[in-house]
Amino acid sequence: MLSFIARRLGLLIPTFFGVTLLTFALIRMIPGDPVEVMMGERRVDPIMHAEAMERLGLNKPLYAQYLDYIGQLARGDLGESLRTRESVWSEFLTLFPATVELALAALLFAGSLGLIAGVVAALKRGSLFDHGVMGISLAGYSMPIFWWGLLLIMFFSVGLGWTPVSGRIDLLYDIEPVTGFMLIDSLLSGEEGAFLDALRHLILPAIVLGTIPLAVIARMTRSAMLEVLREDYVRTARAKGLSPARVVFVHGLRNALIPVLTVFGLQVGALLAGAVLTETIFSWPGIGKWLIESIGARDYPVVQNGILLIACLVILVNFVVDILYGLANPRIRHQK
Amino acid sequence: MSNALRPFLRLLLCGALAAASQVYAAGARLVVCSEASPEGFDIVQYTAATTADATAETVFERLVGFAPGSTALIPALAERWQVSADGLSYTFHLRQGVKFHRTAWFTPSRELNADDVLWSFQRQLDPQHPWHQLSVRGFPYAEAMAIAQLIERIDKLGEHRVRFVLKHPEAPFLANLAMGFASIYSAEYAGQLLAQGKSEQLNRLPVGTGPLVFERYAKDAQVRFRGNPEHWAGAPALERLIFAITPEPNVRQQRLKAGDCQIALYPRPVDIPTLKADPALRVLELDSLLVAYIGINTRHPPLDDVRVRQALNLAFDKSAYIRAQYGPGGASPAVAPYPPTLWGHDPALSGWPHDLARARQLLAEAGHADGFELAIWTRPGGGPTNPNPGIGAQMLQADLAAIGIRAEIRVFEWGELIKRAKNGEHDLVFMGWAGDNGDPDNFLTPNLSCAAAQSGENQAGWCHAEFDALIARARQLPDQAQRAALYRRALAIFHEQAPWIPLAHPKQFSALRRDVQGFVLSPMGSNNFSRVRREP
Repeated sequence: MLSFIARRLGLLIPTFFGVTLLTFALIRMIPGDPVEVMMGERRVDPIMHAEAMERLGLNKPLYAQYLDYIGQLARGDLGESLRTRESVWSEFLTLFPATVELALAALLFAGSLGLIAGVVAALKRGSLFDHGVMGISLAGYSMPIFWWGLLLIMFFSVGLGWTPVSGRIDLLYDIEPVTGFMLIDSLLSGEEGAFLDALRHLILPAIVLGTIPLAVIARMTRSAMLEVLREDYVRTARAKGLSPARVVFVHGLRNALIPVLTVFGLQVGALLAGAVLTETIFSWPGIGKWLIESIGARDYPVVQNGILLIACLVILVNFVVDILYGLANPRIRHQK
Repeated sequence: MSNALRPFLRLLLCGALAAASQVYAAGARLVVCSEASPEGFDIVQYTAATTADATAETVFERLVGFAPGSTALIPALAERWQVSADGLSYTFHLRQGVKFHRTAWFTPSRELNADDVLWSFQRQLDPQHPWHQLSVRGFPYAEAMAIAQLIERIDKLGEHRVRFVLKHPEAPFLANLAMGFASIYSAEYAGQLLAQGKSEQLNRLPVGTGPLVFERYAKDAQVRFRGNPEHWAGAPALERLIFAITPEPNVRQQRLKAGDCQIALYPRPVDIPTLKADPALRVLELDSLLVAYIGINTRHPPLDDVRVRQALNLAFDKSAYIRAQYGPGGASPAVAPYPPTLWGHDPALSGWPHDLARARQLLAEAGHADGFELAIWTRPGGGPTNPNPGIGAQMLQADLAAIGIRAEIRVFEWGELIKRAKNGEHDLVFMGWAGDNGDPDNFLTPNLSCAAAQSGENQAGWCHAEFDALIARARQLPDQAQRAALYRRALAIFHEQAPWIPLAHPKQFSALRRDVQGFVLSPMGSNNFSRVRREP
């Protein structure tokens, strides 16, 4: 097992450097530099442009800029935003809890509903419910997030008035950020009704962000369950006279969960990618919106290090999933 | 869902709102759905209108200001001023008793005086000033306006008297001082920050003299201000102003309809009819200081031939373009580089008609009866001056094909487009310009002067000696009527020489709920909410 972990850890190093190189190169491949973008249609005096580029350290050759960047990372310094002059790390810490809160809510929605729908569809294979779940999940998987979000806002928020249109909490409340998680901060604030209001604000964004993972999890659970339910040990369990619930949940679902858990891990990346659009639609102040605006402004330090931090997170989650998977399945950890 | 469950679910979902206590009296609170996050709060480092709305229009004030909804100048922190006969010296008498904001992070020990004015400008002008190098971004607005090349020196004549001495006469100088980059900061606050090694705080926790006091910024979510009870012009009616940052225009509209905010900035032109039809809402519209145009590169043959440029103007169906781009009533056709609402416009000036026969005739006279090939440059994403660049370029392409000109459309990302256009690589380029200070010079010199042709901002690369002399002379004259006469002559040359295809002056819109009173749109595109009140 230790050599398995060491092999996986060894893979992390080139992955990390690959990500730094990619983010460094990609943002610089987009035409326009931060000074040009900052000035827009206004005149940019070439001398002023050169001075600004020098101040920002962007006049050096690319390899020197990359080496500076790696040196900075080695010192644990993620640099400052070119736009706001705030440290990238502090901006990330300010915004990341909002994204995590949204992603966890979406995962909870997708996981719980997806598992139930998948299990029931597998048990009622070929029924109207099964076809319905598969059809809806296919539609959910193909749904453009932006359109879906606006549709839900128009129906539930504007039409029925059940949910707020956007934001994390009603602006009546002035909640000081303590943890950055609005649900927790609203509780800590002690303001009456703030927690429920924050919860209401989470409903639609979580549904929108969770729609694609929900579809994936439901389909994966159904197919894994169908496979497991055909296994000999399930037939044996039934033959032993165990209750149907025990057969399904203890002998069936527990074994079917292994591939589903892998999908859960992979969905973390998908959720962070989906958060970019969901955060824009719902004016949710998370890292997705932050990165999009930073790309527009060619804010190199934010783009490079923001993506790096997210990539590290995804790598870490996948590493943990790999280890857990190895723990659960000996065949995996002995593969060379 | 069963009928029995439905009321329960509704109760659960709506319960929280009912339970929410009214923390502030709704009438004293204004929520504005704004379009983007401010880049920071040290306005002199930034150029975006959103940043100016959250700083220059709330926290800070300048020596002079623009009258609400107009380009007329009014006294602000300076209660009066004198201009010397040679136009080189401006003496400002500062208002007495102006208090800086008292906040959790700064307690002022004195009122506004000449030191604050000197600090605010010297910081941008003097490379030796301790705060000059602290701005890594530089001072883009002041640099773009070439302020350092204009101001010779600033003298403190007394506690409440300062004099600006210019290197050459510059009629728009007063109007320039009403712009965001000329905001007056507290020198005392800056001194404290520098002494404490907290210079970065100036960009995070601003202190000014304005009608609204900065409270808190939750990044990418909201900016909160409270009314300044000590403001020299009296406390504003608003107890709280909140910018709810909502980048998606459709969501801003839905939030307005749902009552989450009382004003939604920058609705899309296509949504205007729907918003107007809603009885709970009002739509404000104003001819803004915007111009959309196609720059014709006069350095690229055969576009150096005035007959060819006139033929392009005659071939393009501007009315169809405006209908398709801005919708009914969304813009007025442009015939000049600045809108007819600005002084110095010539009402007798009419645009080129849509006349294909005459366009073909002019092309034939220029020796291009069989047409020629050129490239139309545009950008991928839309903006206020060019909402749908793709459609616009295709319409131009089709109209040019009608007179035998074979045009290829090339789409460049905005930054790259500007860069290449400045290098003069284009033939035709879709561009726009937003006026900053309500002075015709603000449109003409940056876009059509010979100096701008050299530096590349004049995308037509057009340098006409007589036109250039007229606008240079007008820039130096103090008398507005004399200046206007010179501008009218310059506009006639512009029309005849056709270095642009002037397209449109888009209108500016804002949507608000009916209980909002006192909000007026500014032709400069800024949004000031300090005089707004809510009356049910």
